[in-house]
Amino acid sequence: MAGIGGADTTGKKVGWGLLNAVVVIYALFPVLWIVSLSFKSSKTLADGNFIPREWSLENYQNIFSTSEFTRALINSIGIAIIATAIAVVFGTMAAYAIARLDFPGKNLLVGVSLLIAMFPQVSLVSPLFEIERSLGLFDTWPGLILPYITFALPLAIYTLSAFFREIPWELEKAAKMDGATPGQAFRRVIAPLAAPGVFTTAILVFIFCWNDFLFAISLTSTEQSRTVPVALSFFTGSSQFEDPAGSIAAAAVVITIPIILFVLFFQRRIVAGLTSGAVKG
Amino acid sequence: MAEIVLDKVSKRYPDGALAVQEVNLEIADGEFIILVGPSGCGKSTTLNMIAGLEDITEGELRIGGQRVNEKAPKDRDIAMVFQSYALYPHMTVKENMAFPLRLAKVDNATVERKVREAAEILDLTQHLERKPSNLSGGQRQRVAMGRAIVRSPKAFLMDEPLSNLDAKLRVQMRTSVSRLQKQLGTTTVYVTHDQTEAMTLGDRVVVMRGGVVQQIGAPQFLYDHPANLFVAGFIGSPSMNFVPASLENGALRSVLGDVTLTDRVRQLLEGADAPREVIMGIRPEHFEDAALVDAAALSSGGKFTSQVDVLESMGSDKYAYFTLTGEQAASAELQELAADAGSDDVPGDGISLVTRLSSASAAVEGASADIWFDADKVQLFDPSTGRNLTYTER
Repeated sequence: MAGIGGADTTGKKVGWGLLNAVVVIYALFPVLWIVSLSFKSSKTLADGNFIPREWSLENYQNIFSTSEFTRALINSIGIAIIATAIAVVFGTMAAYAIARLDFPGKNLLVGVSLLIAMFPQVSLVSPLFEIERSLGLFDTWPGLILPYITFALPLAIYTLSAFFREIPWELEKAAKMDGATPGQAFRRVIAPLAAPGVFTTAILVFIFCWNDFLFAISLTSTEQSRTVPVALSFFTGSSQFEDPAGSIAAAAVVITIPIILFVLFFQRRIVAGLTSGAVKG
Repeated sequence: MAEIVLDKVSKRYPDGALAVQEVNLEIADGEFIILVGPSGCGKSTTLNMIAGLEDITEGELRIGGQRVNEKAPKDRDIAMVFQSYALYPHMTVKENMAFPLRLAKVDNATVERKVREAAEILDLTQHLERKPSNLSGGQRQRVAMGRAIVRSPKAFLMDEPLSNLDAKLRVQMRTSVSRLQKQLGTTTVYVTHDQTEAMTLGDRVVVMRGGVVQQIGAPQFLYDHPANLFVAGFIGSPSMNFVPASLENGALRSVLGDVTLTDRVRQLLEGADAPREVIMGIRPEHFEDAALVDAAALSSGGKFTSQVDVLESMGSDKYAYFTLTGEQAASAELQELAADAGSDDVPGDGISLVTRLSSASAAVEGASADIWFDADKVQLFDPSTGRNLTYTER
């Protein structure tokens, strides 16, 4: 776009820069507000200042002082990682089959997975509650991992099959001609090329599991399997008249960190155009 | 190295469509054979069946005397070059070329040596550490060739390997493919839709149409002795001219005037049980400016006078285009050829004719010209079957 007209490019750049700044500030302001709240002491919590007058780590000390939050953090990380891993592995297989093979019932499979993705989750909560209680899954890790996988799989299959469709089929044929078994062709040619798609999907699924509140609050009852979003809602102040806003803010900051780390860690791998040069561009 | 034999090989898709019908072909060891035809003629399907990428519905495929119908591509020991090159984008040129050897569990030193050798042959030595995305089209094409030659397979299969290159590079690569094949002496099956590539590259050419082999032979033989209208129209550029004609008492009557059949043509026709109405085919180079032909030839050939539509001077010779009034020659084969060339919907009344005249010709665009043609060189076809009535093995 640059270099079309010499004079107005600077103007355009400034314009776009301003617009970007507005969007970024609009999006990040609430986050900054939470960060600011989390560093305020209980006395200055409600003073309405954006920059804390008195910096304190009191809220962070509070949330880590009891097992309520730390235990929830462990639950969240464990459940989200296990659910993500399983959903991505099965999603990869299913998406590969959907993108590459013609098998009876393929359209039905795609349709059903779309149906699941669109199904209102809230209508499943009470049946799931009953089922899990009678199966003994209620308030356990598998009790949350299973519904997470169910709802994450359609997402994974959809994202991944789009990625697989982008990979030229001829590469696989070429690998076969070069002497590869189907397994070798998948491992050494297709999988490396699909990696960006797999990582993207993993991030999306992880965020979905990490942020879920509905299932987490309905299918858990104790610290044993309660995840962070739910634990937050159970926060109380030291007395019943004290507002736990400071602790909630600190906890919110803490649970944002894994997501940021996750995205930063995999961002390097999510580079577009990895497949360029395979076939005539 | 090995010979490849296709014994009544057919391909039928699950929906019942017959893509390839009873192809019989014996490819000798070290032979360079071309499968050519318009799109959808089954040439790529045939190649994929040899490769093992598609199942053979009926018939038998033997490589080096062994039946390989049920063998997976990796067990057939043949290499393939794809139209899109199909290079692995996450590997460097070196890794791309080494890939077949790595899969075959060849030791490191040998891999290194073989890749170097192939890179030298293909002039890729300085690009070994680059990724395919940083290479030009011609370089990518050479890497694809390199990946095929490193492991010295029994045969090469090439699926339109040059059609993604621009015209100039294509001509250049054509000669290097030909040189490479002679140098390596490996049996090669080459698929193309370009009749020029077919004419210039192969030892033998297989012309296909609608899944059926039309004719197999050396390029020059196909040019001189096409078995039917389709081969006649497909091989040669500019293509053969077709004019409806009728046979009357040993004379051939058409819009190009009446000519007496020469003894050679008459003898061929007698054995062929010719119908009265035929299609006459004449190659552009068998026409000449009547003023430049000596009297003896002039009297034995045909002659017509018409206005020159377009005159293209190539320096060495001149192409003169005419439109004669009359019905165009009609047959299923000619329609298909026109559709393949994309000229089926070009409106045109009358018979268009391309002639190649000597550069000494005085023909002028827009003016009338006297044109002679060699009556001994005409080929006559049966309009209903497309069969060449004047076909001869010699």
